[in-house]
Amino acid sequence: MREKLIYAFSIVAMALIAWDLYRIFMVLPDEANQGAIYRIIYFHVPAAITAMVGFFVAMVMSALYLITRNLKFDSVAAAVTEVGVVFAAVNLVTGSIWARVIWGIWWTWDARLTSMLICWLLYAGYLMLRRATDEPTQRARLSAVLSIFSFVDVIIVWKSIEWWRTQHPAPVLSIRNGGGMAPGMESPLWWNVLAMALVATCLILLRMRQEGIRRELDALRRYAHAL
Amino acid sequence: MDDRNFAFMFYGFLAAWVIVLGYVISIAMRESRLRKELDRVRQMIENRQN
Repeated sequence: MREKLIYAFSIVAMALIAWDLYRIFMVLPDEANQGAIYRIIYFHVPAAITAMVGFFVAMVMSALYLITRNLKFDSVAAAVTEVGVVFAAVNLVTGSIWARVIWGIWWTWDARLTSMLICWLLYAGYLMLRRATDEPTQRARLSAVLSIFSFVDVIIVWKSIEWWRTQHPAPVLSIRNGGGMAPGMESPLWWNVLAMALVATCLILLRMRQEGIRRELDALRRYAHAL
Repeated sequence: MDDRNFAFMFYGFLAAWVIVLGYVISIAMRESRLRKELDRVRQMIENRQN
């Protein structure tokens, strides 16, 4: 069942991405001031939204693990966090390339960029912590606490462009009262959010399958040790 | 399409794809390593039981 879901999501995601790329490069009009570079927003923002939603799911799964002590919730949290870190990296790198053209600098320590970098470091730390801890229940407990703690920074990232006057542009999406994009330019962005969410779901399902193998391996090792 | 900053736009899209594809490759390699390890441990248990 999971295999079929992975294939189905992959096919739909690839078709959506192909359609989105066609619209982004061939249909959308140019932005008057920025030239071609503004098109990076169609990867930069969907990657951020995918990562943030992933970190939220990881926080919920971590809380569920602490309540139930069921290791399956820990596996989902680990899989979702890892994929979230990848999409957060896409967000940081594409943003930096856009900044080099528009601001003339690769990086600046403003509230949004700094909080996002801290967010990436916190979740990368989560993955390192998991690797460093061998005992499964201790690993699950420590990483669940870190995941819940790290989510505070996700809220700071989300609200930073409202709370502080930053170098980063103010909200442009209509759901955040931005209104900085023409409606015709905003709809492909939401389709790309859907495409990236599907790609992320495929990757999460693959990672969850691996976590299942890892749990089986842990159990077999314990059994082999007892023989 | 306006060709101002086209090269940087290309680098941006390329970087995004490289990161995602790199991760997909790393998942595939990890899966193959895990399956090999699983087979090895199963074989070891079988040998100990016989």
